[in-house]
Amino acid sequence: MSVDKPNAHVSHREVRQQIKLPFSKAVEISLKSIKIRFARSIITAAGIMLGIAFFASVRMSAEFSVIHEKIVNETVAAFQAGKLHHITEDQTRMISSATTDVKAAKQDALAARERLDWLSIMALIVCTVGITNAMLMSVTERYKEIGTMKCLGALDSFIVKLFFIESCLTGFISSVIGFLLGWFIISLVHIFTDGLPAFGAQYWTSSLTLFGLSVLIGTFLTFIATIPPAFRAAQMPPAAALRVEI
Amino acid sequence: MDANEYVVRTKGLVKEYTMGDQTLRALNGVDLDIYRGEYISIMGPSGSGKSTLFNAIGGLDKPTSGSVFINDVDMAQLDAQELAYLRCHTIGYIFQTFNLIPVMTALENVTLPTIFAGLSTDDGIERGIELLKIVGLDQRLHHKPFELSGGQQQRVAIARALANNPSIILADEPTGNLDLKTGQEIIALLKRLNVEQGVTIISATHDLKMLDISDRIVWIRDGRIDKLEERKNIELKMGEMEGEPVH
Repeated sequence: MSVDKPNAHVSHREVRQQIKLPFSKAVEISLKSIKIRFARSIITAAGIMLGIAFFASVRMSAEFSVIHEKIVNETVAAFQAGKLHHITEDQTRMISSATTDVKAAKQDALAARERLDWLSIMALIVCTVGITNAMLMSVTERYKEIGTMKCLGALDSFIVKLFFIESCLTGFISSVIGFLLGWFIISLVHIFTDGLPAFGAQYWTSSLTLFGLSVLIGTFLTFIATIPPAFRAAQMPPAAALRVEI
Repeated sequence: MDANEYVVRTKGLVKEYTMGDQTLRALNGVDLDIYRGEYISIMGPSGSGKSTLFNAIGGLDKPTSGSVFINDVDMAQLDAQELAYLRCHTIGYIFQTFNLIPVMTALENVTLPTIFAGLSTDDGIERGIELLKIVGLDQRLHHKPFELSGGQQQRVAIARALANNPSIILADEPTGNLDLKTGQEIIALLKRLNVEQGVTIISATHDLKMLDISDRIVWIRDGRIDKLEERKNIELKMGEMEGEPVH
């Protein structure tokens, strides 16, 4: 029996060195998972995409109202200082509405912006629920696969790693598409209602900021939503994971 | 006594499942010693505890009490890393439902355990092709599981089980989802691997065809070992068994 002890020690050290899943391989497997289950991935992605599209469109409306107010203020100031030589039709409308009922106009704008702020919080909540649901389903339907991987020698961390990479990729791509969708539609609507004056430098900077914010929120929420189901699945004994029937 | 004589030993294995306020005893004190290199079949009706014993031996589920020794190492003493190492290197699993990863090709399925074992991609692919050749599927390397028949999927699963040269193959009803002829082919393949590669095969089954090639047969009933027979002792009885309807 004493012969067994050094052996056990050697195998212990081998373990630390030998069970592994290189990051590049993990990315490869995750990409394959997304690509092959494309129809399923699209539905998962649609949940995230629509949430982010909603968020982006609401935030973009808010940006437009800020930009619009700024333009009105600048026009009125320029008019009052007598700097406007050629007054366009748009400008005439702005000046007349701004000067005839300054107080009411300002209050309206403020109320509108508050509404939009509330709406974007709602949008985020919808977004979170959609993403959590999508990721929960995508993990649950793969319990059997997870059990099999563990039988082949995968550590809990491999499973978690695979799901995290997959969710980050899905989250990132769908957030980008979702943002473009929401942003494009609202911009289009704005062209038809208020015309082109709002599409200046400020429009592009706020678009870019909103793009970063949307992608960050989308990817982060997807990541967060994957943590509980992925950990639960990874920690299951393989026999239990294999028994699950969906 | 030669410590290497036994590859698997179980001592007083008990497994209880709790369902609501009811406790079900699926295994009720199983002591079983399995020799290195033998082909052993665990027979018994469904619900007898075969699969539970299979899961306990394979380290897929923790027994309620008692212990399982694989190569004289108590499985209960292993941490998660060591258990994964054991599953990766020492045991190969074959299931009734094949359990191939649906998104991967035959070759990728066979290569996956070699990735976990730290083999380079090229070595893994070489090993995968070699194994698929052994099970007669070298023409189907890049087929997805759903493009293969049941028998072919089970062959891929067998190749995958062999990927890291395990000393034990655990097969849980490997012919359960296959027709008679395909089932016979799979049994013949397992026997060939047992003889040629010297791998110990432990198979839970209620397929009587398995009896013919097993070295020993363990009969399980109500979570206990009912009887343990050597093939040479039961060969005489085979005649009367064949008289019974198979399934």
